[in-house]
Amino acid sequence: MEVDEVMCLPRLPRVAVCGGTHGNELSGVYLVREMLKVEKKVVEEEEEPVLVMIVLSNPRATQQCHRYVDTDLNRCFTHATLNGPMSDTDPYEIVRSQELNTLLGPKGSRQAVDLVCDLHNTTANMGMCLITYSDCDWICLHIFRHLQKEIPDIPMRFIHFDVSNKESYSLDSVGKHGFAMEIGPQPHGVVRSNIYTAMKDGVQHMLDWVRLFNSGTMFKGGFVDVFTMVKHIDYPRDSVTHNITAAIHPHLQDRDFCLLHPEDPLFQTFSGETLRYKGKEPLYPFFINECAYYEKGIALSLARKRRVMVPSIRVETEQEQQANDHEYSSEEEN
Amino acid sequence: MSSYSNTARLTEARRVAIFGGTHGNEMSGVTLVNLWMKNSDEIQRKGVEAKPFITNPKAVEKCTRYVDTDLNRAFTPENLSAPGGDELPYEVQRAQEINKVFGPKGSPEAYDVIFDLHNTTSNMGCTLILESSKDHFNLQMMNYIKKAIAPASCLVLLNEHPLLKYSTSRSVAKHPVGLEVGPQPQGVLRSNIFEAMRVILKHALDFIELFNEGMEFPSCSVEVFRVSERIDYPRDANGNIIAMVHPNLQDCDWEPLNPGDPMFQTFDGKTIHYQGSGTVYPTFINEAAYYEKQQAFVTTRRETLVASAIGKA
Repeated sequence: MEVDEVMCLPRLPRVAVCGGTHGNELSGVYLVREMLKVEKKVVEEEEEPVLVMIVLSNPRATQQCHRYVDTDLNRCFTHATLNGPMSDTDPYEIVRSQELNTLLGPKGSRQAVDLVCDLHNTTANMGMCLITYSDCDWICLHIFRHLQKEIPDIPMRFIHFDVSNKESYSLDSVGKHGFAMEIGPQPHGVVRSNIYTAMKDGVQHMLDWVRLFNSGTMFKGGFVDVFTMVKHIDYPRDSVTHNITAAIHPHLQDRDFCLLHPEDPLFQTFSGETLRYKGKEPLYPFFINECAYYEKGIALSLARKRRVMVPSIRVETEQEQQANDHEYSSEEEN
Repeated sequence: MSSYSNTARLTEARRVAIFGGTHGNEMSGVTLVNLWMKNSDEIQRKGVEAKPFITNPKAVEKCTRYVDTDLNRAFTPENLSAPGGDELPYEVQRAQEINKVFGPKGSPEAYDVIFDLHNTTSNMGCTLILESSKDHFNLQMMNYIKKAIAPASCLVLLNEHPLLKYSTSRSVAKHPVGLEVGPQPQGVLRSNIFEAMRVILKHALDFIELFNEGMEFPSCSVEVFRVSERIDYPRDANGNIIAMVHPNLQDCDWEPLNPGDPMFQTFDGKTIHYQGSGTVYPTFINEAAYYEKQQAFVTTRRETLVASAIGKA
């Protein structure tokens, strides 16, 4: 691909903004509530209109202010779970995931919404992160570059989980494109005004970008530092009770995305001993001391950083789109 | 020179309990008590029987604040004498059991001291909670702790307000002491917060040991913050919150809040100002558990209490 080449991508007519996927991650809950209030007003758009669907993903968990009722909703979107047989005794979140798949998907089909933005908070000191399954989804990467430019005073990172489409499990995988917008630190069950404002601005700029993209703006390419998840590390635990026997070391606490070297402190036991990182490769820690991950056996996650070259992009013209559609249907016939 | 007649003579504080898990997701206390139940060396003191105890084991297991009702509001006279056994809410049953073991509340058989360990999502630092301005033993203990950890700070919150005070687990004892350390998210264990709580308890137990051995503590002044008013979030007609703690107030526990200062920020960015008549010191700012209790923060007023000289009877 030449340096000046501009990639043409299909329009994004339908965008979903989802909050309350975890019912106690309150920035998204309140933002979705506020957006639903405003939605009733009719707005004249100069640029290409976008259909924005605003969704409260897990109403029952939100009402209880818990992460989930029966099981973590944000692990219920694998193809296997979505297409599994339904029964009366299914956990609440399994039923809900299938409802959301009908509303925003079906996952993998042409009817799926073009972009899902799923709103989350974390107790970890991660600033703002966009989390996706791909390191070459140019739409998501350009949205990230746009947010970086428009909100320069918030630390922002792009996180990639190298999971195949078959195995992808989160709500954002239902759309043709999707990402989680994760902002921390914020305790669960709390709304911090600075975090709420950051999320509100993030969503607004994301929607602005989509409108600009749809109306033909060319977005120049460039580099993005992508953090690809490599592994998780669990707390040391008592072999009998399975209770944790150490806490994140004070030197590591709140230092998400500060490079962790072999022999750096990881944990401090309750008797004061320091446990060190025994890996051979320096890696970037994130999700350090996330409340919800204690039960998943994750004290912190580790990522490799690499620079990804993002091409310039613009929206397909109608002719280009028709040509591609024709090609697509020919492929289908064959 | 303190004369014998000015020194309050108090009985030894021999029976001391340390409560963790009164709220099952406040992790410092849960972790410390579990540690000490396994190995109590650290809390041993001459002349003191220190008993670590998990007050709400079901809530601890589920890592939730409570199962049916808030245990730390459950020690009312009505609850403690309620019939019904198994059919009572779990925490009311627990309150009755705890009252049997560590009380009965108000009787001479009750435990001398109970330390109740809590965390808060508010930026309160280390806070000791006092339930009576006339508890000279507790005032002296708190003075001792403050001096011992200086220059690090440990403030005293006095909740004697006739309407806002509540029936805590620790209120079963003759000398109830609340320990509140934050900020820490629910369900999370931060090592700095854990160590801070551990150090406070160390000094508290040292004080009791010294007192029981016969040391006399001269009269002293103790600065306290007396609970004045509970301020709720602005809400709409359906009871939904329509504004957040203002960024200027967020994390500013114990700092003066003056009339006219920003207090809340609506979701579309408008500022709501504090309309009180004088300067107050807010605390428990943006505590997660208090959204359902209609409390965004409490206001306090600064006061100096004088503790009598005390010595063993």
